[in-house]
Amino acid sequence: MSAEALFLSGDAALLALAVAGALAGRRPLGRPLVYGGALAISAALLLLALVELLGGAKGGALVLPLGLPWIGARFRVDALSAFFLVVVNLGGAAASLYGLGYGRTERAPERVLPFFPAFLASMNLVLVADDAYTFLLSWESMSLASWALVMAHHREDDNARAGYVYLLMASFGTLALLLAFALLAGPAGGYAFDAMRAAAPSPGVAGLAFMLALIGAGSKAGIVPLHVWLPLAHPAAPSHVSALMSGVMTKVAVYGFVRIAFELAGPAGWWWSVPVLTVGAATALLGVIYALMQHDLKRLLAYHTVENIGIIYIGLGLALAFEVFGMPSVAALALTAGLLHVFNHSLFKSLLFFGAGAVLSATGERDMDHLGGVIHNMPLTAFAFLVGCVAISALPPFNGFVSEWLTFQAILLSPYLSSWVLKILAPAVGALLALSAALAAACFAKAFGMTFLGRPRTNAAKSARETDRLTLAAMLTFAALCLLVGVFPGLFIDALAPVVFNAVGARMPGQSTIAWLSIAPIAQSRSSYNGLLVFLFIVISATLAASFIHRFASAALRRAPAWDCGFPDPSPATQYSAESFAQPIRRVFGAVAFVARERIDMPPPGETRPARFDLTLSDRIWDVVYQPLVGLVERASLRLNRLQFLTIRQYLGVVFGALVTLLVVLASWP
Amino acid sequence: MALIVDLIFQLLQMTLVIAVAPLLTGLVRVTKARLTRRRGPPLLQPYRDLVRLARKEAVVADTASWLYRFVPYLVFAATWVAAALVPTFATGLLFSWSADLIAIIALLGAARFFLALAGLDIGTSFGGLGSSREALFGALAEPAMIVIVFTLALVAGSTQLSTVVAHMVSSNVGLRVSLGMALVALIIVALAENGRIPVDNPATHLELTMVHEAMILEYSGRHLAVIELAAMLKLVLYVSLIICVFAPWGIAIADAGVADRLLGAFAYLAKLMIGGVALGVFETSIAKMRVFRVPDFVGAALMLGFLGALLLFVSRTLK
Repeated sequence: MSAEALFLSGDAALLALAVAGALAGRRPLGRPLVYGGALAISAALLLLALVELLGGAKGGALVLPLGLPWIGARFRVDALSAFFLVVVNLGGAAASLYGLGYGRTERAPERVLPFFPAFLASMNLVLVADDAYTFLLSWESMSLASWALVMAHHREDDNARAGYVYLLMASFGTLALLLAFALLAGPAGGYAFDAMRAAAPSPGVAGLAFMLALIGAGSKAGIVPLHVWLPLAHPAAPSHVSALMSGVMTKVAVYGFVRIAFELAGPAGWWWSVPVLTVGAATALLGVIYALMQHDLKRLLAYHTVENIGIIYIGLGLALAFEVFGMPSVAALALTAGLLHVFNHSLFKSLLFFGAGAVLSATGERDMDHLGGVIHNMPLTAFAFLVGCVAISALPPFNGFVSEWLTFQAILLSPYLSSWVLKILAPAVGALLALSAALAAACFAKAFGMTFLGRPRTNAAKSARETDRLTLAAMLTFAALCLLVGVFPGLFIDALAPVVFNAVGARMPGQSTIAWLSIAPIAQSRSSYNGLLVFLFIVISATLAASFIHRFASAALRRAPAWDCGFPDPSPATQYSAESFAQPIRRVFGAVAFVARERIDMPPPGETRPARFDLTLSDRIWDVVYQPLVGLVERASLRLNRLQFLTIRQYLGVVFGALVTLLVVLASWP
Repeated sequence: MALIVDLIFQLLQMTLVIAVAPLLTGLVRVTKARLTRRRGPPLLQPYRDLVRLARKEAVVADTASWLYRFVPYLVFAATWVAAALVPTFATGLLFSWSADLIAIIALLGAARFFLALAGLDIGTSFGGLGSSREALFGALAEPAMIVIVFTLALVAGSTQLSTVVAHMVSSNVGLRVSLGMALVALIIVALAENGRIPVDNPATHLELTMVHEAMILEYSGRHLAVIELAAMLKLVLYVSLIICVFAPWGIAIADAGVADRLLGAFAYLAKLMIGGVALGVFETSIAKMRVFRVPDFVGAALMLGFLGALLLFVSRTLK
């Protein structure tokens, strides 16, 4: 049985599970059945994908007599698909494990259980599809399944709006992808990916298709300015689904972009990297600044996904640039950096959403201003969440640092590009990347500090209880993986080599042969990094310092009320809140990124009414891009409304006119 | 055998930076005192302070979590590892290639991250104030540092500090505008990162503008000693970094003999002391800034560093 057939049977099993979920949704048996089954199938598919990736996927083709009659439904698993299948099924397995425990607190299981396996199956199908029809069909089912999951709690405030905006943006993205594929397929209708690879579209057509793919896949991934739906929809879903949407589904979108830009659209034009780099840098910076301003934990994480997508796109853009200007080995470095960040982000973002979900189910709160001090009652959750925070802030020795380090190494080679635009763009992108990485650390100091540290701000936060073992197992596994990738990055870079080789025709030098498991992207004298040694160094020096102190210094320890410079305040409301923590950064960046208005109403002396402080923030992109668009659509629909009230005669006239116009267009088509 | 000798030199470097750290801080304090016509504390007072703090019992707030007691050691370890990777008396030590300049910056970022968390842990307004301001300064200083690295890496063709220093020692560097900009930017970042005047005042408590001192307000006893030592180490690290890149004279290059390394150590100590005195003079001659002027100050470093890097990016084809 070929790999493709095995993957398809896995998907079929997941779909069967979806049916079972629909039938047994309300029964107590439903949850273990669906999540247990999804866990087993995802784990099996994960193993299969790993075997394919490490064994050098051949990419045989499987054609089923479905779909478009003259093409059939084609499936193929090559190295690129195999890598993303690893990402999807690893995330899927962890989310299922998490769901086994977390799902107990679900209020409406019948709205989650049927769609969860369907969502997993459709993401898997997107990755194995080898013709445009199957790809788009799976892509749409992925959107619909995730939409259904977003709407699981549809009676809560804002969720209906989140679902509506999501549906609109998803259809828009699919439309752009549909047009991209139509351009690449050409008039002959070669919708099979094989035909597109063989065809040589003219530079204009290829460029147009590339831009449409950037928009279409980008709207799903959440690039600025198409990100507006993401921070609404991702937090609205149940937490393990949020983890899947943020950690995994955005990666499927990246897969769509890589597949089209590096493979199907033919040789890249010189300017292709420019929009990708610009959008990537803007996405990274705006994403993290918006994230910093949030006080809803899950929304903060969703906005932060936008930032990481930006970092991934910067890697992809650099790879395109280096490939076009004849530096394939550096292109391999940049693409490896981007893809490694895909993997890393799927790990730590899922982990962080799991943690947020655990806090949510323990306290019923997502608002950081109502949390605080949770670390005392949920030490293990806090530990796992802390690992995720350190990893996503790109701090060594964890995994986020490795991929950002590789991206910086690629940027440092960009002066050798023979294009002035890119020469000036690359250092600017590098500076913005550095800025967003530093802001990310501030953002997660805030997220962890406000949620887990300090004094509890509400009774709900005070009475939190540690979550169940399965939930913890899912979180701690991913925390361990974050450290593993950070400490042995060479192994993961080598595993990516066939993927990168297929895309840009070169690979990074083998890392597993370098002494002491260092990684050296170009040459060791140029730059090298050794996660293992840095990790050991930190552990040894900390242990050394601690043992020295405990040997020679006083071991006495006294618990006492906080000193606070002599003016302790018993009310936890006097602590720094999520807003006040971000206030200095808001003052510096606020005027640029969003219209931040602070209004202070201080009563004059003698008056007894309380002082007030009002803060309004708005997403400037929403105001500038979307609000006019909404107005336009409303006006247009008002005009078109008249079409509903015509007489039969007028309707026939309209039909006749449309028919004649279409025939004329067809007749005059060259 | 060679491995053991290399290991010994690496360990020597790690001890050296720790041993001189309080001395450098003491020197800065003495310089500032003398310039303001005070007698000031003795030069070795920081050592005594550390010992005194270590002997006292540690008072930990009721609301502190397990993280609070781990943070001092984590901060110290990250700073120490970073300091051990900056060339002081010799380049090309055994582990110098295990992390490049970007990784060193990230290690310092990790130390800052945990310190900010410790500031939030107790749940007092002073701690939060310190953490949130530190987050802002860090968010501006770190990218400035990265663009400085861009400049150095383009001049020397490497982000590896040993290679950069070797390149700077060799005579074919010459005067470059970009390097001048990088130097100014690096000094600004060093002032900001170490909480020196004009960004923060290391000598105050109970002042609304304090940043670093506000974060560690609740620490006492041995925990405070470890954090203080880490702060001193960080100062040594930044002075060493400026010395080894912009004044590398006398440093022993990779395969130099023991005599050269000894010479390098003396040269290093001399330069470190000069650096300490210069910092003291600078701090005395300038006034502290308002907090919200600091972003402009550090932002200037970011822009200078970026201009320097941009010049190099663009001039690469003209050569």
